[in-house]
Amino acid sequence: MSRPAAELDTIDRQILRELSHDATQSAGALGRKLALSQPSAWRRIQKLREAGILKGQRLDLDKERLGFGVTVFLGLKLATKGRVSLQDFERAVTAIPEVQTVEHILGLYDYRLRVVARDISDFERVLRRRIMTLPGVGDVEANVLLSEERRPGPIG
Amino acid sequence: MLDDTDRRILRQYQHNPEAGTAELATLSGVTTATCARRLDRLRAAGILRGNHAVIDWRALGYEVEVSLRITIDKTQPRAFDEFMHDARRIPEVIEIQTFLGRVDVRLSVIARDMAHYQEIYRTAILTLPHMADIEALMHVARIKTDEVLPI
Repeated sequence: MSRPAAELDTIDRQILRELSHDATQSAGALGRKLALSQPSAWRRIQKLREAGILKGQRLDLDKERLGFGVTVFLGLKLATKGRVSLQDFERAVTAIPEVQTVEHILGLYDYRLRVVARDISDFERVLRRRIMTLPGVGDVEANVLLSEERRPGPIG
Repeated sequence: MLDDTDRRILRQYQHNPEAGTAELATLSGVTTATCARRLDRLRAAGILRGNHAVIDWRALGYEVEVSLRITIDKTQPRAFDEFMHDARRIPEVIEIQTFLGRVDVRLSVIARDMAHYQEIYRTAILTLPHMADIEALMHVARIKTDEVLPI
């Protein structure tokens, strides 16, 4: 069995850790930190990109300060399985701007949505006008996000 | 506090987080100097907290992702803190969220395969303190992942 992770050496792991902390670092700056030349740091970053391991970047914004005081995770069950096409549902749900992520899951629910709203009454508006009117939507469970931590993951 | 220019820059930056200052300035229709100044201000104000690389764990051989929804035994006063402290020490836990609702905590756990997941579950997850209930949801697919705020 191939284990792609085994191909990464310690320096690759350090690069991944550094870039998940701050992706705006140049190859030169990264090289100085890890005692690599700029070209060899650059080549390693390129390789990690080409392998699809570095798949992009994400901004960390203070949502509250930007006016989005509430994040709610919705567990969503489709009511009429088999009759509503999953594609129709997925197309409709991804088009809602307040819906940040849509995950298809197995277990208690069919989908998990991450929804941002200005406040609870704004969330209620999104829920009633946008979510509850989706094709085939059944049970909905809501959990209001209190805190969130992203961990570095198994690259240490 | 934020004006239209800040919002325009943040809107563009969210959609193009790989862009450098000059490129972002062009996208936002401002000069590079203005763009740099605005970004500095947004950083200093704590609104722009960071720009992080996104790692594709699947490309690293982690094929399984499980969401564990956990109810904490709240009769213990330090239950939350102790649980969080120990959960942070599991390398395969890539996300920890706390909630108000039916679920107290959600952990995102990645594993190479089901056997590896079973091993993490038994040796690391089940030994976490103060859990009253635990429910597992298996990820099938991510349909939308751009965590872009509608600024």
